[in-house]
Amino acid sequence: MTPRPPVIRTKAETSLVESFAQASASLPGGDAVRGARTRAFDVFHERGLPHRRIEAWHYTDLRNLMREAYPIASGVAAKAESGLRVAIQDGVCTLPTGALPAGLKLTAMRDALASADEALIHALFPDQGADDAMAAFNAAMARDGVLIEVAPGAQIDAPIELSFTASGDAPHGDISRCLVMVGAGARASILESHAAPARVQRNSAMIFRLGEAASLSHVFETCAASPELHVATLIAEVGKDAAFSSFAFVCAGEVLRRQAFVRGVGEGVKIALRGVSLLKGKQHADTTLVVEHAVPHGESREMFKTILDGEASGVFQGKVVVRPHAQKTDGGMKSQAILLSDDAAMYNKPELEIFADDVVCGHGATVGQLDEDQIFYLMARGIPRAQAEGMIIEGFAREVLEFVEDEAIRERLGAGLSGWLARRAS
Amino acid sequence: MAAVQETVDKVRSVDVDAYKYGFVTDIESDMAPKGLNEDIVRFISAKKDEPDWMTQWRLDAYKRWLTMQEPVWARVNYPKIDFQDLHYYAAPKRTPGPKSLDEVDPELLRTYEKLGIPLREREILAGVEGAAERRVAVDAVFDSVSVATTFKAELAKAGVIFCPISEALQTHPELVRKYLGTVVPVTDNYYATLNSAVFSDGSFVYVPPGVRCPMELSTYFRINEKNTGQFERTLIIADKGSYVSYLEGCTAPKRDENQLHAAVVELVALEDAEIKYSTVQNWYPGDSEGKGGIYNFVTKRGDCRGDRSKISWTQVETGSAITWKYPSCILRGDDSRGEFYSIAISNGHQQVDSGTKMLHLGKNTSSRIISKGIAAGRSDNTYRGQVFAHRKAKGARNFTNCDSLLIGDACGAHTVPYIESRNASAVFEHEATTSKISDDQLFYCMQRGLSGEEATALIVNGFVRDVLQQLPMEFAVEAQKLIAVSLEGSVG
Amino acid sequence: MLTITDLHANIDGKEILKGLSLTVKPGEVAAIMGPNGSGKSTLSYVVSGRDGYEVTEGSIVLNGEDILAMEAHERAAKGIFLAFQYPLEIPGVTTMTFLKAAMNAQRKQRGEEELTTPDFIKRVRAAADKLGVSQEMLRRPLNVGFSGGEKKRMEVLQMVLLEPKIAILDETDSGLDIDALRIVAEGVNALRAPDRSFLVITHYQRLLDYIVPDSVHVLSAGRIVKSGDKGLALELEKNGYRDYVADAA
Repeated sequence: MTPRPPVIRTKAETSLVESFAQASASLPGGDAVRGARTRAFDVFHERGLPHRRIEAWHYTDLRNLMREAYPIASGVAAKAESGLRVAIQDGVCTLPTGALPAGLKLTAMRDALASADEALIHALFPDQGADDAMAAFNAAMARDGVLIEVAPGAQIDAPIELSFTASGDAPHGDISRCLVMVGAGARASILESHAAPARVQRNSAMIFRLGEAASLSHVFETCAASPELHVATLIAEVGKDAAFSSFAFVCAGEVLRRQAFVRGVGEGVKIALRGVSLLKGKQHADTTLVVEHAVPHGESREMFKTILDGEASGVFQGKVVVRPHAQKTDGGMKSQAILLSDDAAMYNKPELEIFADDVVCGHGATVGQLDEDQIFYLMARGIPRAQAEGMIIEGFAREVLEFVEDEAIRERLGAGLSGWLARRAS
Repeated sequence: MAAVQETVDKVRSVDVDAYKYGFVTDIESDMAPKGLNEDIVRFISAKKDEPDWMTQWRLDAYKRWLTMQEPVWARVNYPKIDFQDLHYYAAPKRTPGPKSLDEVDPELLRTYEKLGIPLREREILAGVEGAAERRVAVDAVFDSVSVATTFKAELAKAGVIFCPISEALQTHPELVRKYLGTVVPVTDNYYATLNSAVFSDGSFVYVPPGVRCPMELSTYFRINEKNTGQFERTLIIADKGSYVSYLEGCTAPKRDENQLHAAVVELVALEDAEIKYSTVQNWYPGDSEGKGGIYNFVTKRGDCRGDRSKISWTQVETGSAITWKYPSCILRGDDSRGEFYSIAISNGHQQVDSGTKMLHLGKNTSSRIISKGIAAGRSDNTYRGQVFAHRKAKGARNFTNCDSLLIGDACGAHTVPYIESRNASAVFEHEATTSKISDDQLFYCMQRGLSGEEATALIVNGFVRDVLQQLPMEFAVEAQKLIAVSLEGSVG
Repeated sequence: MLTITDLHANIDGKEILKGLSLTVKPGEVAAIMGPNGSGKSTLSYVVSGRDGYEVTEGSIVLNGEDILAMEAHERAAKGIFLAFQYPLEIPGVTTMTFLKAAMNAQRKQRGEEELTTPDFIKRVRAAADKLGVSQEMLRRPLNVGFSGGEKKRMEVLQMVLLEPKIAILDETDSGLDIDALRIVAEGVNALRAPDRSFLVITHYQRLLDYIVPDSVHVLSAGRIVKSGDKGLALELEKNGYRDYVADAA
């Protein structure tokens, strides 16, 4: 029951509110979808852009960071590609050409919305994160994205790549909403990579629903040119004995807020959220997680490493919630940060919220600089200082990178890490 | 092991509703009418015969308070408090003022006897072996008014000033004026601002340069009257190179309605000084249904103002319906150090939201936080703590360990740390765990002949050991008993 | 080989070495013995170039070249090897990656060709087999989760691969059981050569039963207060450091 200060609309808020008024009539979906959109918009309308007095956004004051809301792109569809590559340009989905593996179905979200049944609407507009103003704005405004359905028992070995891009040089906003439904016993992996000319404000949402004993691994990656401002929401509901893992590799973008709302709803879930952030210049990256165990025998692991140089700032907020009766929950969370510069800052807030007694939960957080003893040890073996520092940073990051299951993706991220370090050294 | 045995005996003999200190003392008292306005503030100030600047200070606080809102960020729930339905001043009625303890109302003395507080110096001296070396000077505060201070003469010989703050305003106004409100500003937060307007008494300590205070100083607070708020104010100043250890104990009678306690404690440590502040908080927690109990909304803060100064907070929180307190350290001086050791036990319907702030401003400052939370019954127990390194806090160090233990499946244990580093050379380490007493541990103890409750008390005492060790001896024993009493009825 | 002359060194403004002089000839094994706090570890750090130590006076000359202005990695490339008392753990960096980086960094500084991968692997395998270092250990992050004995063996493995001119063994015996000690000592003895010297720093004589020194020097309060042959070590074992501590005070 936080009392809200009187709503004084900022310029950006006013234009976001107006954009919904303009767009709402033309957004895809029938009455039920429209109802869900309106409810979501009301949340945004009531709260406005999140600011530092909103606890979950304390360290990323969007009201301050988003002085101006760029016009939302009308959207230029990208050229279709072959294989398992879905292009989402300016928020508009282009499906790949050619045959798909058995058990995999891809649908543009605009089409899925237009003919959405109750079950799909329920999946698309979950209660998780519904209170968050930015996730709500996404739900209200998203026009397109992709619906990925993996049939029960299907084993899709190759990663399905979602490539988010933007067209043109003019500053603009893009919004997309994707849903991944993994049937019972099915397995798939998703690579979500983000690029854009610098002057893009992106609001993207990925929603996952894992059936019984399903398995999904997700990798989020930012590339060299990424949005100026990006709010990426991840929502996952994990069924009985299912395994969900998500890995984030962040090395680009000016302001990035990643927020994940993950809930285990069946016994025996395995949830793993991990990531590496490499930040420099004035970059700001915020990782905020809410992991909820609603039923017994769940396991969750979170491990995030942040390396900060220049005037960069990093945020890690991780909350593990164990609901009453979610006995035998095993939760472990770790955030480690290395500050390479006196002007960098790291904010850690690992939270435990526990309502069941028979659990083992813990978290650890460390912040510090490179260990001089380690540097000396390497130098005493003949390795120059800069190289020694690079090796230690790389080792620090690789400890968590090793958890990426897909070898090709792991190598690709490893190359990104080496590249970042090489640029830092030069 | 004797202490553990005592704990175990205690568990056996007490039942959850039998709050040991829940008796009412029958003494005539002098009360202000209910409600709060400028006149009441003036009334309190006049009662204390305060200098004009102090009256003005209170009025400024009152005006500020009117513009403020009650904080809502803590994980606690309670019906809205009607601040106009409280008495802001209640004092045991007495003739001009006792010259010695012999003139104090015998009923009052009996109260303190029941509390086990040694007000009479000879009792202390005649006490157990070794008592002579571990004497404790006591300032007893009864419904916001200090009634007796012991060992004054001996303290005076060492140059230590230990008296009610109302007295210090008369005898050492310059010291009070210099330091009051410099650690917890009048505008700090809703309850602290309210306290600034209406505080009626509390303890004042000044330890001069280079002096090691010859004994432990102690204040016992007790809320006796119905419908009263207790607003005491404590100010402790350790001048350069001095040392003082201060103990605070609290009790209140059982009442069906909730009572408000909004205290402010300010500590100032100058160069090379050290203050050790220990609290055993045992306000009435309400009955097993969650009726009644104290709302304990307290602002405690220490300022390590001088280089190499040190402030250490130790707290054992077992009482109160709601606890909202964050004893903090501002590490301003270079090489200064802050410590926070806490045991917070909640049972029944108690709600605890407590922790600390360590604000590293100076160079090479260090801090250490050890927090042990134990939740039982239907209670909620939250640790909330902030560790912050300023850009200029080169070489800052913090180590935090907060562990929670849950007993039963109807309670909640929460950990909310804020770890904020703005300096590359700062090294912060934080670890937290939540667990329950393992069945294996319980079985092991029970196989050796302990009952479930005895085994639980034993294991909990082990769990909180690191913190108990920080308490002065007398308090450690008392705290251990309290822990056992607090957990009574928690093992199903 | 190594000549240290009138060396004075401070840490945090406190003088630890107070005019230390010592000469180690090519092929010589010199033992430095001394009580706790005499400056033994400081000596090893100052010679190997650790930051934070300020040399206020004196010189350290290696094969005719003053090394005091050099950084730690430059000294390493010149042939100074320090076997650490407490080898550091480097998480996420596999032992193989580290070994290759170190060997090639030194070769590069000396203007030599970098090792080819097969050549590198061949060398590591050969050395590892001799020291009983398993392939599994080589794949693990450097020193992470290694036992005390494994860490010391890893130090010797590095010594074998890096072929130093002078190896400084800082309390290498600490925390080792007899079997581990023997393996380490054998590794060191196998490296003894006419153009390679050793500085064996130890508190106890025990290690010197396995690595027999040519000379023994007593370090006390920051200076060498007595030098002799291996008999001196036995005498110290019998009488302790009493006499020398008193002398220095």
